[in-house]
Amino acid sequence: MDEGLRSELQKQGVFTTTLEDLYNWGRKNSVWPLGFGLACCAIEMIAASMSRWDLARFGAEVFRPSPRQADLMIVAGTVTKKMAPQVVRLYNQMPEPKYVIAMGACAISGGPFKQGYNVLKGIDRYIPVDVHIPGCPPRPEALLHAFMTLQEKIDQQQLTGANRPRHLNADKPSEFPVPEFGEHDLQPPNNPAVWKAPKLTR
Amino acid sequence: MEGAQADAIRLKFNVLSLESIKSQIEQAIPGAKLEIVKNDAPSAQHSLLVDNASALAVAKFLRDDPALCFDYASNVTGVDWPEAELSEKIKVKKVVDGVEKEVEEVKKTLRPGYLETVYHLYSMELKQGPVILRLRTENRTDKAHLPSLTPVWRGAEFQEREIFDLYGIVFDGHPDLRRILMWEGFKDFPMRKDYVEPDDYEYEPTPHDEVHDKAKQHYPAEAKG
Repeated sequence: MDEGLRSELQKQGVFTTTLEDLYNWGRKNSVWPLGFGLACCAIEMIAASMSRWDLARFGAEVFRPSPRQADLMIVAGTVTKKMAPQVVRLYNQMPEPKYVIAMGACAISGGPFKQGYNVLKGIDRYIPVDVHIPGCPPRPEALLHAFMTLQEKIDQQQLTGANRPRHLNADKPSEFPVPEFGEHDLQPPNNPAVWKAPKLTR
Repeated sequence: MEGAQADAIRLKFNVLSLESIKSQIEQAIPGAKLEIVKNDAPSAQHSLLVDNASALAVAKFLRDDPALCFDYASNVTGVDWPEAELSEKIKVKKVVDGVEKEVEEVKKTLRPGYLETVYHLYSMELKQGPVILRLRTENRTDKAHLPSLTPVWRGAEFQEREIFDLYGIVFDGHPDLRRILMWEGFKDFPMRKDYVEPDDYEYEPTPHDEVHDKAKQHYPAEAKG
């Protein structure tokens, strides 16, 4: 709809909207996270959901105990290689549309355990991540900021056209392969369809 | 005495002399081969090396003897000693140009590799400890077996499982010997000195030292450096 016409109508007391705006407005204000935590970041996530930081202001206070009822996965904490297949499996069990926030240094890159043998160097190696939060652990304010960033992202999604999100595009996958336990490492060590090593220029 | 001062004295653990414990064990268990491993560090926590055959009997004695009563295994851990060439300087008398002289020589000995478990024992009943037990395997490959002390101290169960997982020491007599941190089917022992971790350093923002060497292999050809 033409922006000029819309503001002209608004001045006359006629409010208009589009289905897209209404749909995204509803979606972005009722993001239900999956209630699971992996390490100390989960404590900050819990604090963010309690009265002091009050995640309920963003419509996200309903932490669902089942992936079938959740829209958002907050990967809060260190993802060990032993836990990674279960995290991917939980993600696969969530219905579309679904979003991921990788919370904290460990979840985005392995953090202080990056040079270890047992920690996954970022959950974005297996599942697509929408918002990364650095910090060890990030304060609840940082999680709130990630929420607002995610809300902006949902708000700007187009329902039609080539740029439409994954859940409206039947050709795009909604499930991602679960890594298997290998003899020395997870197999495969990353999902090339989701993650590519950043190109280093020095 | 009353109050906090008395508490402090009561909570203080009494350290027994290792020599007396050694002679007590030798009296009670005739076949036991014990050796005191000295610790030269300021803490001077000497430990008792126990032979594998009598380890279980020694452990039972330490727990059940009314004067010792070591009822609590506070910590069980592993140590990896890979094969190493030890060199020590010794003075040798030699005849040089017809004159006998004292000459320093470097003597090199090859120490075979072995794995070790260390038990820290305390007595909660008598407020004494720690006594440190060491058990050694014959080698690091096919004879990495030790008797499990879980039947004596139940609290050692998970710690022995962890040592089995990370060092590869097989505890005979352990009730449930499975990997605990890594997954079933994992083949390596990560805490051993010769462990090579999987190469997943495709991207390192600030590489340094050996991490840098490893990350370099993943750099594109024009950015090697």
